[in-house]
Amino acid sequence: MSEVVLEMKKISKSFGQVMALRDGELVVHKGEIHALLGANGAGKSTLMKILSGVYRQDQGEILVNNEEALFQHPRDAKEKGIFCVYQEVDTAIVPQLTVAENIMLDRFSQEKGWFFSRKELHRQAQEALTLLDVNDMDLNQAASNLSLAKKQLVLIARALVQTTKVIIFDEPTAPLSHREAEKLFHVIRQLRGKGIGCIFITHRLPEVFAIADVVTVMRDGRRISTVPIDQITQEMVIEQMLGEVWHEESKIMHSYKRGEEVLALKNINLGKLQNISLNVYEGEVVGIAGLVGAGKTELAKTIFGNTPAKSGEIMVSGKKVQLKHPKAAIACGITHIPEERRKEGLFINETISKNVTFPQLKKYVRAGFMNRKAERKATEEVISTLQVKTKDAEVEVNHLSGGNQQKIVIGKWLSDEAKIYLFDEPTKGVDIGAKREILKLIQQLAKEGKAILYFSSEIQELLTVCHRVLVMYDGKFVKEFTQEKATKEKILLYASGGKEVNHEGQIDRISI
Amino acid sequence: MKDKLIAFLFKYGAITLLILIICYFTSVSSFFLTYDNFSDILRSISIVTVLALGVTFTLVVDGFDLSVGSTMSLATVFTASLMVWYDLPLWLVLLLPIIVGVAVGLFNSFLIVVIGIPDLLATLSSMYIVAGLHRTYTEGYSIYNHMPLTSGGTAIGAFSNAFLWIGQGHLLGIPVPVWIMMILVLASYCFLNYTRWGRIFYMTGGNAEAATLSGVKVKKIKCMAYVISGIFASIAGVLFTARVGSGQIDAGAPLLMEAVAAVFVGYSVLGAGKPNALGTFFGAAVIGVLLNGLTIMNLPYYAFDIIKGTVLVLALAVTYMYAKNKSSTNSL
Repeated sequence: MSEVVLEMKKISKSFGQVMALRDGELVVHKGEIHALLGANGAGKSTLMKILSGVYRQDQGEILVNNEEALFQHPRDAKEKGIFCVYQEVDTAIVPQLTVAENIMLDRFSQEKGWFFSRKELHRQAQEALTLLDVNDMDLNQAASNLSLAKKQLVLIARALVQTTKVIIFDEPTAPLSHREAEKLFHVIRQLRGKGIGCIFITHRLPEVFAIADVVTVMRDGRRISTVPIDQITQEMVIEQMLGEVWHEESKIMHSYKRGEEVLALKNINLGKLQNISLNVYEGEVVGIAGLVGAGKTELAKTIFGNTPAKSGEIMVSGKKVQLKHPKAAIACGITHIPEERRKEGLFINETISKNVTFPQLKKYVRAGFMNRKAERKATEEVISTLQVKTKDAEVEVNHLSGGNQQKIVIGKWLSDEAKIYLFDEPTKGVDIGAKREILKLIQQLAKEGKAILYFSSEIQELLTVCHRVLVMYDGKFVKEFTQEKATKEKILLYASGGKEVNHEGQIDRISI
Repeated sequence: MKDKLIAFLFKYGAITLLILIICYFTSVSSFFLTYDNFSDILRSISIVTVLALGVTFTLVVDGFDLSVGSTMSLATVFTASLMVWYDLPLWLVLLLPIIVGVAVGLFNSFLIVVIGIPDLLATLSSMYIVAGLHRTYTEGYSIYNHMPLTSGGTAIGAFSNAFLWIGQGHLLGIPVPVWIMMILVLASYCFLNYTRWGRIFYMTGGNAEAATLSGVKVKKIKCMAYVISGIFASIAGVLFTARVGSGQIDAGAPLLMEAVAAVFVGYSVLGAGKPNALGTFFGAAVIGVLLNGLTIMNLPYYAFDIIKGTVLVLALAVTYMYAKNKSSTNSL
């Protein structure tokens, strides 16, 4: 085996009380494509952010070419030859500058001197592109005109004008078409040939087996295994990714008899959402499974009227409704617990009380003025029902933990008028205790006859609370499972764009 | 220790400063702490305060209205013209300028909410447009009783005493503009802090996305804020005309930045940390008292802007240092 170019040893990192990384380990060799896999929250991105100098590890060391390296700033990582091609390429591209200038951007900020030669700039930029086998890019055009795939190439070329040892690809194929992805793989293989270590992060398993040499699987902030690609199978990877963490948790959902239809979608289209149809019944918890970027959040926002559908019908309790604004959706009894809780769900600098009463302010008006006493009473009720850990109702939401903040977001919507609940990743960034309470609460709501749509990429949770699971991939429903038929492996398989090939319900090959 | 000091200054800084200033001027001048002088100070800040209240509303919804100065100028000459050129009855003279203010507010909302120009830039544009409108309307002249007209002859009307009473009269020993300012400050304070709409205004400004997802029509709320701002600017214009007894051209321009400064000084009153009606009043009062005292001490008028700027810097420094401290203790 060729020499080790990068070694990360016993890296740990915590954010507040949350341990994002316990024992992050990664060894990358020269000229190797190293796939880094793990479910959401496994610690992949934290590990990569530490490697690229965005975060600092609490403990552990990083060795580059067997020399200890200390990264306090992204610049330090770049100086050591570690580059990252982020998923959001637009954040790293300066749209007004030309392709050549974008490729040479890091050079501008590093080199001393006042002037630069345009000819020299173009020569070096062209050289980098040639290394990638890219010959059809106009160096003089503005970067804003490029497609996403080409912008990625610019970022890769930017890394190549430096002495690069390791390039991190953070889900580079998520926004790409199949053909563009193939092209990118060609480029990555090209880099391997140049002796560069490539770290490749993806949620799409077929890609891993198409391109990687070595696979590292992470779970719960730990490395589970590192093995050459020819010694591992898809099933093993999935098993390792899921682990048995949730084993003690049995299905907590209650048995249920199908009630009246509460919500029906017919052929909803908007952006990436294609022909979405679904029905939800009284007292039913329907899971929408899908990986990051599958279109779950978009669907939730469309049902809630925040991004109204281009075409298709929405029926609430058998009546056709027009949902052009969340206000209309709320009037129909629809509520939405958004994914980005701090950004979309809460008024972070306001008190718990002001957050909880906000959707139904009218209830607390007396003679034109707000009735603070009634507000406080209602808030205290929410605090005790949801067991929010707080001193009192007048504490700013900012001071609460993630789990308690989430309870406030849910508490906003606990009312008799609400019939339909859309939960979008409600357990994201929430500790295990609060997670269980939230899942129990969802079950409780279903028992009261509410219809619930549970959008999540946490498959184990879907299996725990849902009566039915629909799997989303690339904006479409690709499979429906009943509670009895659903398994972690099958859901993950369909959510990653795979299909079962034989008919015994066993996976033996995965193909797109 | 340093954090505690900042927290104290954040809560009581503006009021402490106000008290210190009053104590100092009282000790150097026997005239300063008299009823007449305080009545003077309040009257001098009344127009700026009314203008600043409008700005407060737009800042509450996370907007910014730069056009209030121009709107006030327009209302000033428009009010005067209604009396002097057209000799209209008093109720129309008071009502029509308000409608003009509403129109400017709607125009601003159109630029911001419908077209999508950022608040600051949209109102910067309308500031120029409205300023140009008011100069074009009077052809560049100020308006006074029986003024000669460019079309020949003299204007038919004059300012009535009832109208001038609004700007110059007294009620129960307190100047009428001070009464109007007090009523508007209290009304704004109650509206913003104790009613459902006030809550919606603040929440919209705090997190527009979360407000939308809670069912608030954010566009409508923003529009309301700009219309309110236009109305307050018009009231300020009417007050100015009544105070001076003529329709001065460009009356509002110098008051714009003073109003904005008052609102920002108000951020740090009683630890609000956000735009608030009482704070705006205190902000205007701090600046007003300071300028009055310095005038008594014969400081040249051309140095006044140094003082205004310094007060603003101090208030903002305390507000933002406090915010920085708070966010660093809050972050995970």
